[in-house]
Amino acid sequence: MTTTVNPPTPEQQEGIGVRLRHGREAVANRWHHAPRWVRWVLLAAVIVFFYALPNKEFYQYLGPIPTPGANFTQVLFTVSIYVLLAVGLNIVVGFAGLLDLGYFGFFAVGAYTVAVLTSPSSNIKTLWPWLLVVPIAIALTMVSGVMLGTPTLRLRGDYLALVTLGFAEMIRIAAVSSDFLKGQRGFNQIPHPPGKYADGKPFFGVLDARPYYWLVLTLIILVVIGVRNLTHSRVGRAWISIREDEDAAQLMGVPTFKFKLWAFASGAAIAGLAGALFAGKQNFVNSQNFELLNSIIILAAVIFGGSGNIVGAIVGGGLVAYMIERFRGIELFGVELYEYRFLFFGLVLVVMMIFRPQGLIPNRRRAAEFKDRRKEVIVGE
Amino acid sequence: MSDTEQTPAVPAQAAAPAVETVDKREPLLEVDHVTLRFGGVVALNDVDFTLYKGEILGLIGPNGAGKTTCFNAMTGIYQPTEGQIRFRGEKISGKKRHQITRMGMARTFQNIRLFPEMTALENVQVGADAHHKTSVISALLRLPRHWKEEREGREKAERLLEFVGIRPRMHEFARNLSYGEQRRLEIARALATDPVLLCLDEPAAGFNPAEKEELLQLIRQIRDTGVTVLLIEHDMRLVMGVTDRIVVLEFGKKIAEGLPAEVRDNPKVIAAYLGVPDDAA
Ligand SMILES: Nc1ncnc2c1ncn2[C@@H]1O[C@H](COP(=O)(O)OP(=O)(O)OP(=O)(O)O)[C@@H](O)[C@H]1O
Ligand SMILES: [Mg+2]
Repeated sequence: MTTTVNPPTPEQQEGIGVRLRHGREAVANRWHHAPRWVRWVLLAAVIVFFYALPNKEFYQYLGPIPTPGANFTQVLFTVSIYVLLAVGLNIVVGFAGLLDLGYFGFFAVGAYTVAVLTSPSSNIKTLWPWLLVVPIAIALTMVSGVMLGTPTLRLRGDYLALVTLGFAEMIRIAAVSSDFLKGQRGFNQIPHPPGKYADGKPFFGVLDARPYYWLVLTLIILVVIGVRNLTHSRVGRAWISIREDEDAAQLMGVPTFKFKLWAFASGAAIAGLAGALFAGKQNFVNSQNFELLNSIIILAAVIFGGSGNIVGAIVGGGLVAYMIERFRGIELFGVELYEYRFLFFGLVLVVMMIFRPQGLIPNRRRAAEFKDRRKEVIVGE
Repeated sequence: MSDTEQTPAVPAQAAAPAVETVDKREPLLEVDHVTLRFGGVVALNDVDFTLYKGEILGLIGPNGAGKTTCFNAMTGIYQPTEGQIRFRGEKISGKKRHQITRMGMARTFQNIRLFPEMTALENVQVGADAHHKTSVISALLRLPRHWKEEREGREKAERLLEFVGIRPRMHEFARNLSYGEQRRLEIARALATDPVLLCLDEPAAGFNPAEKEELLQLIRQIRDTGVTVLLIEHDMRLVMGVTDRIVVLEFGKKIAEGLPAEVRDNPKVIAAYLGVPDDAA
């Protein structure tokens, strides 16, 4: 006679984990079941808040939020760049499940493309305007993503992590040592984005970081809309199916290599855009801007926020970049906390991994995965 | 052979011909003297059989006989060491797995392999996407093709979930479905790719008799929509009840082929199955 081993249904295993999950789902449900207009109003409020944030008239009322040791608007710009990067890396790692350890390398490609084509320090002296070079930077970054991905994405798993790591290191070493990329001396007088106030003063100046922040914020919104369009389509389903079970995806007709390459290229394009924005604001780009640690920070931010979830990536990227800056200028027993920022960062990650492995704002799917290991053992291979 | 021509609840599949009579014997899949070795293990040894359009062929044999390996060779997971496999007259060797699927071959897995963190609906939509063309540009800009394919895929997925009987659970994650529901979902996902040939690897494993009976009905209905079915199954009664013909493997070799009644009385088959309980899994 047949004996069936049916895995217990979620209702049957009312453990603490399940109840926790219900609590979290309640919040997500309230959002999803709220009337459309409520969601739009809340979303609009959040957006307005972030546009208002860099104004002193506004942030002086926000208590401990402004950074004591650094110009708050400058910090906001840095944070916004990290958010953009986290959104891009989340496509690669969170949706398609490809471990990219060298994502910052693409950021460097974007920044250096702008530097080389616009700066008077460049050997080729094209001196093109910033705006013209941005699409070129994005395109070149995508091409570098495709070039890196074509040989490696056919392989599985660990190889990709190694190759991407090597790629970022290669870019960094090229930046340090090649004459074309100017090493430590770097490129200066990189032009700013165009635009003037009514009185003729440039909108994107040297001192005020706010316009740059607003520009990045606007682009984040556009990029997020684009990424959402992708994830809510055949493309996103293909990405997630690859992450879930690549063999099964192929056998269900998903051209996995093509879609992995697209994930890689889309992620790279976003990093290229971020690099171009960074160069356009900084005015100066040299080899010190592209340490390997940055790749790790962004990856950690994506995982910290909850990979596979766009909101999670935004929150993760924002919080991580902000926290690092927040430590600046705080002294405790005579030591500046900023010096120990990565120690704290590491501690937070370890604590997270123990208590909340699925990230702050997990993808609904990931949350289930981490709570339901037991079922996997029974049903899976 | 029971040729009940009931109106199918399942959508017309691609190239759904009126059910071909098996007599016409139009070959759909030819496994041509295939040998497959894993190092020293000969998983398939000169296996040779043909699957005809419109039939339900049973592939049976004791544990480790090479049944799953045969599926894997057909769907492009393994390349045969010798011999070749032709599907709809075309050699499948050298074709990519997703191309074989698009040619009209779909399968389920002995160890369920759904996309656990996608909903039931999304799982089936992935199958439906096999014939879709939307890529990054159309999805990013929400071009008309995206909307059209999205609507089609969604409708098809819901119809198929209805067909296998788990439509009310369509927004559940696959991993939260019961075992039986997961097995049904795998069938729906495979059907969504518009197969001409559906390969089921022990779809009734772990089912109780009532569930097995339902599954039998489902398989007949699928065949009646014009899909040819290749069925691996341990349960001899189930196989006898639903298949038109049976191929028996043992230790990678074909030891018998024929009508269910012939196979059942074949002394070699009886010997092969002797002492092997029918639900050994
Ligand atoms: N990837 C592999 N590497 C090495 N040996 C394999 C591999 N896959 C299958 N085999 C071997 O090939 C033989 C046939 O296995 P297969 O899974 O096809 O049997 P089966 O008929 O499906 O059995 P079951 O009824 O248990 O599912 C077995 O001896 C198995 O150990
Ligand atoms: Mg098997």
